[in-house]
Amino acid sequence: MKFKTMTAAAALALVTPAMLAADPDAKLVVNGQIEMTTETEAPEHLDGLRTIRSGWTFRTEETQSLQMDDFDNPAMIFVDEARDAWYAKDGAADQSCASCHEDPESLRGLRAELPKWNEEAGKVYTAEMYVNECRTERMEAEPWGWDSQEMKNMTALISSVSRGMTVDVQIDGPVRETWERGKEIYYTRYGQLELACATCHEENYDMNIRADHLSQGHINGFPTYRLKQANLVSMHNRFNGCIRDTRGVPYEIGSEDFVALELYVASRGNGLSVEGPAVRN
Amino acid sequence: MDNVRPRVRTPRSASAGDVATIKTLISHPMESGQRKDSQGNTIPRQIINRFTCDFNGENVIDVTMEPAISTNPYFEFEVKIPESGDFQFTWYDDDGSVYEETKSVEVS
Repeated sequence: MKFKTMTAAAALALVTPAMLAADPDAKLVVNGQIEMTTETEAPEHLDGLRTIRSGWTFRTEETQSLQMDDFDNPAMIFVDEARDAWYAKDGAADQSCASCHEDPESLRGLRAELPKWNEEAGKVYTAEMYVNECRTERMEAEPWGWDSQEMKNMTALISSVSRGMTVDVQIDGPVRETWERGKEIYYTRYGQLELACATCHEENYDMNIRADHLSQGHINGFPTYRLKQANLVSMHNRFNGCIRDTRGVPYEIGSEDFVALELYVASRGNGLSVEGPAVRN
Repeated sequence: MDNVRPRVRTPRSASAGDVATIKTLISHPMESGQRKDSQGNTIPRQIINRFTCDFNGENVIDVTMEPAISTNPYFEFEVKIPESGDFQFTWYDDDGSVYEETKSVEVS
């Protein structure tokens, strides 16, 4: 009897780590073509981490494999919907995205450097802001909600054409002030639980927070398909969820504060590959 | 129903007798009929209740689907390909809609 218990315990000990994370040496190659960098040296401005790891490396093998083939990746359903929307005329100007940009592939590279400085507007612009500027200024159509299905689909499409490219977000020059604000938010403790982004994603990544395996919180895979929601999730929605989980009051989705945080968090992932739309749990 | 898009992956060519893996995915909310909206009203059930695949008129798979199946149902199965021909995939919606997709395979 005692022997049996021991073997059971031994078996459990062997099984548990495998359940937590997949093979650390696994390589992320999408469709057998797009090779992704999932682990690399941290960018110079980042003191808290030595190496940065994509959220993909923290997921189970089953979840990882969903991202490796566009047919298995449920997010591609939404990308297909956005592709239809891309060619559909909307608004008073009778224009579609394609009227100016031709194919979505013409935006290859954009996702890798977002968010970035928009000289005309005089502030940092995210994908959502560019999309809505096109919609209101050029198409004379209604803007989409930041967290609306149409917007998430479109940002997923824009991201998908840049997959495999290296994230390279500028942090100097005119964006510096916004970046500093983002950094301040990242290291500020929020909520009754007094948790900063850094508490989980810098100091305790790779640990478990109850049943969840903490990642480093990079956003190179966003908008990401979360199995939990069975839908795409925007970066700001995720920020919102994290601050809510600290039992704090989150900033508004689409607010300047979250744009600043998006810029800062994106810059922490400089060197990883654009994965969006990724698959996460 | 709008915005339903069937997607199918089949091999384009095969040798006679090959066993091929077929993957199918259809975008559909699969509303279970158990949920309530923000006003507390029950959201009526609307799911895809049946999925079939035929090869040259012969049935390959016929699936009865229930409300517990999650959104965007995905099926993967294997099929032996004896000859050139067409796969016919059909999804039946609760509202009477039928979504179809056809794929050809060439046996060399």
